[in-house]
Amino acid sequence: MPAYFDHAATTPLSALATSALVEQMAKIGNASSLHSPGRLIRKDVEEAREQIAGLVDANPSEIIFTGSGTEANNLALKGFYWKAHAQDPQRRVVLISAIEHHAILDPAEWLDEHEGAELVFIPVTSAGSVDLVFLTDFVQRRGSEIAVIAVMHSNNETGTLQPIAEVVAIAGDIPVHTDAVQSFGKVDFSFSQLGVTSATISAHKIGGPLGVAALILRRGLDLTPILHGGGQERDIRSGTLNAPSIVSFAAAAQESTSKMAERAIYIRSLKKYLVESLFAIFPDITVNGDQTHSLPGIVNITFPGTESDGLLLLLDAEGFYCSTGSACSAGVPRPSHVLLAMGVSERDARSSLRFSLSFSNTRAEIDQLCEVIGSVVHRARAALARG
Amino acid sequence: MKLIAAMSGGVDSAVAAARVAEMGHEVVGVHLALSSNPQKYRSGARGCCTIEDSHDARRAADVIGIPFYIWDMASEFHEGVVENFIAEYSNGRTPNPCLRCNEKIKFAAVLDRARALGFDGVVTGHYAQMKETSAGRLMYRAVDPAKDQSYVLAVLNSEQLAGAHFPLGDIVKTDTRKEAKARGLYVANKPDSHDICFVPSGDNAGWLRDRLGSESGPIVDESGEVLGEHQGAYTYTVGQRRGLGLTVPAAGGIPRYVLKIEPKTNTVVVGAHEALAVEKIVGDRPIWCGPAPISGRDHRGFAQVRAHGQPLACTYSHNNLEITVHLDEPLFGLAAGQGLVIYDDDRVVGSATVSETA
Repeated sequence: MPAYFDHAATTPLSALATSALVEQMAKIGNASSLHSPGRLIRKDVEEAREQIAGLVDANPSEIIFTGSGTEANNLALKGFYWKAHAQDPQRRVVLISAIEHHAILDPAEWLDEHEGAELVFIPVTSAGSVDLVFLTDFVQRRGSEIAVIAVMHSNNETGTLQPIAEVVAIAGDIPVHTDAVQSFGKVDFSFSQLGVTSATISAHKIGGPLGVAALILRRGLDLTPILHGGGQERDIRSGTLNAPSIVSFAAAAQESTSKMAERAIYIRSLKKYLVESLFAIFPDITVNGDQTHSLPGIVNITFPGTESDGLLLLLDAEGFYCSTGSACSAGVPRPSHVLLAMGVSERDARSSLRFSLSFSNTRAEIDQLCEVIGSVVHRARAALARG
Repeated sequence: MKLIAAMSGGVDSAVAAARVAEMGHEVVGVHLALSSNPQKYRSGARGCCTIEDSHDARRAADVIGIPFYIWDMASEFHEGVVENFIAEYSNGRTPNPCLRCNEKIKFAAVLDRARALGFDGVVTGHYAQMKETSAGRLMYRAVDPAKDQSYVLAVLNSEQLAGAHFPLGDIVKTDTRKEAKARGLYVANKPDSHDICFVPSGDNAGWLRDRLGSESGPIVDESGEVLGEHQGAYTYTVGQRRGLGLTVPAAGGIPRYVLKIEPKTNTVVVGAHEALAVEKIVGDRPIWCGPAPISGRDHRGFAQVRAHGQPLACTYSHNNLEITVHLDEPLFGLAAGQGLVIYDDDRVVGSATVSETA
């Protein structure tokens, strides 16, 4: 039986979210139309917005729907940079953690290359958590030059939770954006309590549909749009509101949040079982990143002497699906920048796999994985030794 | 069998993979990333190093219904093929990087990795035939003489050939395209790649100049008289007639050709066409594609020195370190570094690298 251990990449649409999506797709109307069918769609969208706002502890007007988490992150990072830089040309530093997802990393690099920004990375500890000593010192020395700070809520490769409240306290008046795509629906997440200026959440990581996400942006703030058009979302994001996906997103958010505590206990015990089972077979493996302050379902493991793309190929053939760090646009495997930032050697970073579990995984699946992984790792080691 | 299909993103390797998958083998498609920066070595869609090509390969694998991965062979390719290419030119030799890539990458690094991962061999879209005979698994020319690629595969030894599969050896290229179309492979009409895959725009001389500089030096005749100046000796090829830019006319207006490149003195030697005649060829680093011919004894066969060159009737012998060929009829223009391939009719006997000519 195949087993899917890649829920951090995407996870199946839940039954509730599916029926919400299908039902909404049968309705006619553009939420921006002034007539009755349009108003009815608008009502559905606004109810979804209120529902999501309630779940993340934000005001409904703070929810800006986008087409992806990547779009929301781009909107925030570029928007804050342009705004701050326009008000005060001295503010040109974009300060991000060294372990951000490419949806933050790449727009930050783009700002550095094309918009006159100075990109500065906040280093992380060997446990994969941002270095608050560095941050404090940097803000003290160059706070007046910083346009925006971005630190993800939890890391997508290691699952390690980041000290966002502390980052916000250190930042003072500097805008702080957090990419909470992996955290929302998995651990407690309160926009107002965290005090961040903006956050990104996404539907397809929590059983909602692909192609819808949200930027949660503090009230009263304007950002320079990336897409210009009808100005549907606070004049910050244009494009016809994707009512079916938004309504389905709300259904998935409601479901995952209400079942979160119960699922988290189960998923965490499953992860513990996976790690213990693997340790029993390979005493030399390493778990990367702090696992005490982590998402319930993500674990990143180094299998010394292997190459992760070889492991992935062999596990795929056996029906077990997990992932390696990342690949370039042509698909060439790259050592994870997250693990490298944590001080993991390039050799070990190239030997690491991420398993991400959900409530739908079982101990039996892990047992089946453990039956084949000995031979898989053995062959992957032989391949590296010969290559 | 469990096979790795090397998929460049072109039509040949796609049909080759489809054919073995259809035969019931367990096939996994692999695209080789040969540059650490996929746009570094070339741009455009004809080669094997672009994002577009890896997408084409992935799409072909999807249509065939086989798993697909990218294998990063950039450092192996750079060390084994690109650096060797540069070094050979800087030594005044003319290498063939395709031979080198087959020997060091496709049927070495890739085949070794495939075998270690539990696969039986590697499938490519090369046009050549493997036949089971009483003397073992032997390589023959492809049915399509215009596409025959046995020349660039003659650097593979028996152990490498044991894991090599060429499903296109028995069809002609036009049929490959028809078959690709019938199989719903989008790459059916994709143009063939011709140039060296890592040299953008096919400007070999310019590419080498960027890496080796363009130190000028003399162009001389066989007596040593200086006839002109060159901008980098390695940009010339033995047998070349055009583009010499000589200012001193030859006696009787006889055209002059590049006879030799002498890297130590950075000199290009030119002379009359007759001086290019080669009757004896010595090649080092012999590789046998099957049982080695008995050493120290003359054998009859055919020698081929270019990818699409003519097979030349010859008598050859070897002493395990070198192959010596005596051609029945002289050949005009042969550079050191080129691949010398020996055939017994259509069977590939083996190869060596040209080291001396006379």
